[in-house]
Amino acid sequence: MQEQDLQLIRNIIVRAKRWDAFFGVLGVFALMVGVLTFAALFVDMAIQGIPRLDGDFFTSFPSRRAGQAGILSAWVGTVLVMMVTAMAAVPLGIAAGVYLEEYAPKNWVTDIIEINITNLAGVPSIVYGLLALGLFVYQFGFGQSILSAGLTLALLILPVVIVATRESIRAIPQIIREGSYACGATTWQTVRDHILPYSSPGILTGVIIGMARAIGETAPIITIGALTFIAFLPPLPGAGEPPAGLFDWLFAPFTVMPIQMFNWTSRPEAAFQVNAAAAGFVLVLMTLAMNGAAIWLRYRLRKNIKW
Amino acid sequence: MSVTAPMPSLPVAAAKVSERLRKKASRHVAERVIELLLFGAALLSVFTTAAIVYVLVSESWVFFEHVPLKDFLFDTQWTPLFDDAHFGIMVLLSGTITSSAVALVVAIPLGTIIAIYLSEFAPFAVREVAKPFLELLGGVPTIIYGYFALVFLTPLLQKIYPDLPGFNLLSAGLVMGVMIIPYVASLSEDAMRAVPMSLREGSYAMGATRLQTALRVVMPAATSGIASAYILGISRAVGETMILAVAGGMQPNLTFNPAEPGATITSFIVQVALGDLPHGSIGYQTIFAAGLSLMLMTLFFNLLGYWLRKKYREVY
Repeated sequence: MQEQDLQLIRNIIVRAKRWDAFFGVLGVFALMVGVLTFAALFVDMAIQGIPRLDGDFFTSFPSRRAGQAGILSAWVGTVLVMMVTAMAAVPLGIAAGVYLEEYAPKNWVTDIIEINITNLAGVPSIVYGLLALGLFVYQFGFGQSILSAGLTLALLILPVVIVATRESIRAIPQIIREGSYACGATTWQTVRDHILPYSSPGILTGVIIGMARAIGETAPIITIGALTFIAFLPPLPGAGEPPAGLFDWLFAPFTVMPIQMFNWTSRPEAAFQVNAAAAGFVLVLMTLAMNGAAIWLRYRLRKNIKW
Repeated sequence: MSVTAPMPSLPVAAAKVSERLRKKASRHVAERVIELLLFGAALLSVFTTAAIVYVLVSESWVFFEHVPLKDFLFDTQWTPLFDDAHFGIMVLLSGTITSSAVALVVAIPLGTIIAIYLSEFAPFAVREVAKPFLELLGGVPTIIYGYFALVFLTPLLQKIYPDLPGFNLLSAGLVMGVMIIPYVASLSEDAMRAVPMSLREGSYAMGATRLQTALRVVMPAATSGIASAYILGISRAVGETMILAVAGGMQPNLTFNPAEPGATITSFIVQVALGDLPHGSIGYQTIFAAGLSLMLMTLFFNLLGYWLRKKYREVY
């Protein structure tokens, strides 16, 4: 080979390696965009909001005076809505996941169900709000209540729970099922005594991620017509005059954390922006804690389980 | 007297067996009932889709009895709540397209670079930290991103570009882009990691660098997965609501200039829902027509994604 050609090849190699090194830096830079945005968001919100976070902030109703306003009705509303969501989405999601993995025959009905779940995961959340407005609020007559909101969010996170259930069931080796069937167990006994217990940490991870998503969802709840200014709490069962029924709180008007924050954000006064920052900080901490718990759970799971 | 062995007589044993069989039969019924219940839960997804289509179409039907489809598609004004009502969806569509374009200009390049970096370049430890971090970033509620765009990014941009109005599609779009990065990056990375190692080894054996391997071997092999990641990113951008409702301003504005305020399909729905329109009024039905347009757009992208996945799928 001629000296000239060798030189040419060396140049090509040097250039390719330079690009390679450059891309290594570029990748770190691109990741940094995400990290820095998150840091800016978190720190900005913390600086603005933390001074506002005292005991009164959690125990006061919203108010026209920014300094006295609090998030009592918002966090109570969030907790109640999440209870309804969990009670609807968790059993339904797990049941659907178990059916698709352990029972479903391979036919067109199953195909349709699977395609539907994939599609539902891609439907914008505001469309769920419109569905709930037409169906729960007016057709079923639930009104603009905690029940409507909880069921809306349940439909929204159902695909998350179903997919998580299916993935963790699929990770269980076939020999477990075969052992159970060989002892004469039925499908349901196998599911109840083996499949569900072994897949429960994975399912729990999915449920937590779904709930974290539901807590922050604003658009569908605004769409069903949740009020932004609520200065009372839903009736406690048995309290008040005449005594409230056991399930009256389900039909009460409500507000939730993200809506309270949206309301404060859309006001021009700076003092309300501080309230928005404080409420936002609480909301971010809640979702981070939930997502963090899910990630930690999955990490432990991957480390501990060896079939 | 002979002592008989303590053996159960035959009729007794038969009775026990038939008892067991009866239990088994009832067990069978219970099994079927449980299976039916589980099937019902799975079928709920089909009902949900059907209900979405039913609600959107039936309410839009009433809307289109009042507003001709031609006006809906070609009118250049959107003033559904004024006395002189105009219903030109183009106006809202322009806001949706502009903000989504800004978001995708951010999310697709950065998401792809992050995916290549994590899949081909990053050491194990970096990936172990970066993946959960991206997931956390994707889990932040969008209202928080909206607040961030309005209170942090817009003032920052106004320092560079003083004419920028307080509400604008640019800062909303940029923040939306950052919000979408995790979806694009994480799905593209999954697709790239699914490419078999032997392809990379072949490329390295020919003397290619990591970047050359990533761009010329891994990415072409993972096209179908990367395409679905992009499509998901587009769907997210089109359907995103709160960032635009908070930071984009909600004035309908037929423009493709991101430095102006504008309403999108989604932020219009929020705006109407915040006011109290009577059930059954034309303004009330408008949001279902807007929702139907949104649904058709995302359906189009979902189908496109499905088609791309089929067309470019590589099987190893």
